[in-house]
Amino acid sequence: MRIESDCNFDVNLVRQDFPILSKQMNGKPLVYLDSAASTQKPKSVINAITDLYSNYYANIHRGVYLLSQLSTDKYEEARLAVKKYINAQSEKEIIFTRGATESLNLIAYSYGRYFLNEGDEIIVTEMEHHANIVPWQQLAKEKKLVLRYIPMNDNGELLLDEYEKMLSNKTKIVSVVHISNSLGTINPVKYIFDKAKEFGAVTVLDASQSIQHTQIDVQRLNCDFLAFSGHKIYGPTGIGVLYGKLDLLKKMEPYQTGGDMILSVTFERTLFAEVPGKFEAGTQNIEGAIGLGAAINYVNNLGIENIAKYEHSLLDYATSRVLEIPQVKIIGTAQEKASVISFIIEDVHPHDVGTIFDKLGVAVRTGQHCTEPVMRHFNIPATTRASFAFYNTIDDINVFINSIKEVISIFD
Amino acid sequence: MSELNELYQEIILDHNKNPRNWGIIETPSNASEGFNPLCGDHINLYVQIENDRIIDIKFQATGCAISKSSASIMTTLMKGKTLDEAKEIYNEFHEIITHGCADSELSNENLEIFCGVKDYPSRVKCASLAWHTFLDAIDKNNNKGN
Repeated sequence: MRIESDCNFDVNLVRQDFPILSKQMNGKPLVYLDSAASTQKPKSVINAITDLYSNYYANIHRGVYLLSQLSTDKYEEARLAVKKYINAQSEKEIIFTRGATESLNLIAYSYGRYFLNEGDEIIVTEMEHHANIVPWQQLAKEKKLVLRYIPMNDNGELLLDEYEKMLSNKTKIVSVVHISNSLGTINPVKYIFDKAKEFGAVTVLDASQSIQHTQIDVQRLNCDFLAFSGHKIYGPTGIGVLYGKLDLLKKMEPYQTGGDMILSVTFERTLFAEVPGKFEAGTQNIEGAIGLGAAINYVNNLGIENIAKYEHSLLDYATSRVLEIPQVKIIGTAQEKASVISFIIEDVHPHDVGTIFDKLGVAVRTGQHCTEPVMRHFNIPATTRASFAFYNTIDDINVFINSIKEVISIFD
Repeated sequence: MSELNELYQEIILDHNKNPRNWGIIETPSNASEGFNPLCGDHINLYVQIENDRIIDIKFQATGCAISKSSASIMTTLMKGKTLDEAKEIYNEFHEIITHGCADSELSNENLEIFCGVKDYPSRVKCASLAWHTFLDAIDKNNNKGN
């Protein structure tokens, strides 16, 4: 209970905002330790969506009637909330997408295809999620580019010396994960991007795991593009964000074409809309954007600093408890870590761990976490991953530790 | 914990720890490789068939306890059987894994451990991997030895 009193919010009060947390699973109280895969939703997000459909729903950017204007206003308010949250210069720099994956694909397609040439180089890291590898691989194949990977050590920390040796005038894009989803490592992205800028490279931040844990200031970080998904920051699925510097977005080609992203269409030619409209073809995910806006407001009300501090104390407590169990090995032991513990239990496959945990009411992720190269680095088939959010408690972690012990006793 | 014990019975844990028929047949008459990309389970299965009878069967696999022990038990059941008998055992396994165990008696008591797997939908693929790989190996009838 020491932890709760150190921080500026009451976890038991916060938990009441999340209806799902009072559910039972397999006859046991739900202990949800899979927030790195997707976060649960507070009532304010659920209510924002219900409110939209109950009170002011219509298609946006189209109708001259009041209802359409009301939903358009709310949609654009959400864009403003995102702009403020990541400290972008203009709301025109915020593009709504389906998620981080689509945002990264959009950059590869609409920037990479038009501005990179044969022999140019892209740098990513060994710990990327597949979503920040495969779009660049496809682009490299098409345009005959070179894709380089910043290696890491066995703690899961990037080897920055190796990175600096890779940089040259050929480096056109440096795209880096802020917090590793499978290791929890917080990468020194400010340093990485400052170095990239010395060679004039475009910088891309995959903020999927950091947007909900830490304050992000795109201007301070020297970040040209940033991608994240709404469902990782307590918002709905199917909505995400691409941030891009205005001058870059303006010169880029559209990703998809169709309705709402045009100024004028004739049989001969089309004039595209200004950003961000140019990148939002077709009817958008209106409830997704409005739900995301509500989620950001919720996080702002708690205060991202408070969240970060509390989650870090959960990580410290859980790590110290896990280390007491000799049969368990933590994968990912970086100095700077977010609230993720990936681990393996001696002689027990993660899927057996996952099934036993589930019977005990504990939801964790098992597998490769869409980071197969990370698994290869550590020469393991998969891990079990527990990830903690601000709605988790010390009791949750105690149940988690007891579940590990139960697994060990079954397989003993 | 009784429900868990139903899935992780002693016999499963034993076959997981000490898999039977583990290894390679250097020049098998039949062979196949199976993957479960969702969880990274992987099996190499080698079968020696002579005069329509399985005279030897071996495997090597990485994966969870369910997939490994299922493979081990499958090999013990198939060894020495004719191809027709083997297909019957496969069909019985398939029935158990999709619909559970009916009141009718099982042809072999070792099949009983699969009765509870259908209650764990996410694990059915783990239990089936070796069996599907087996079916593939004997159906292909391609000589892997040459």
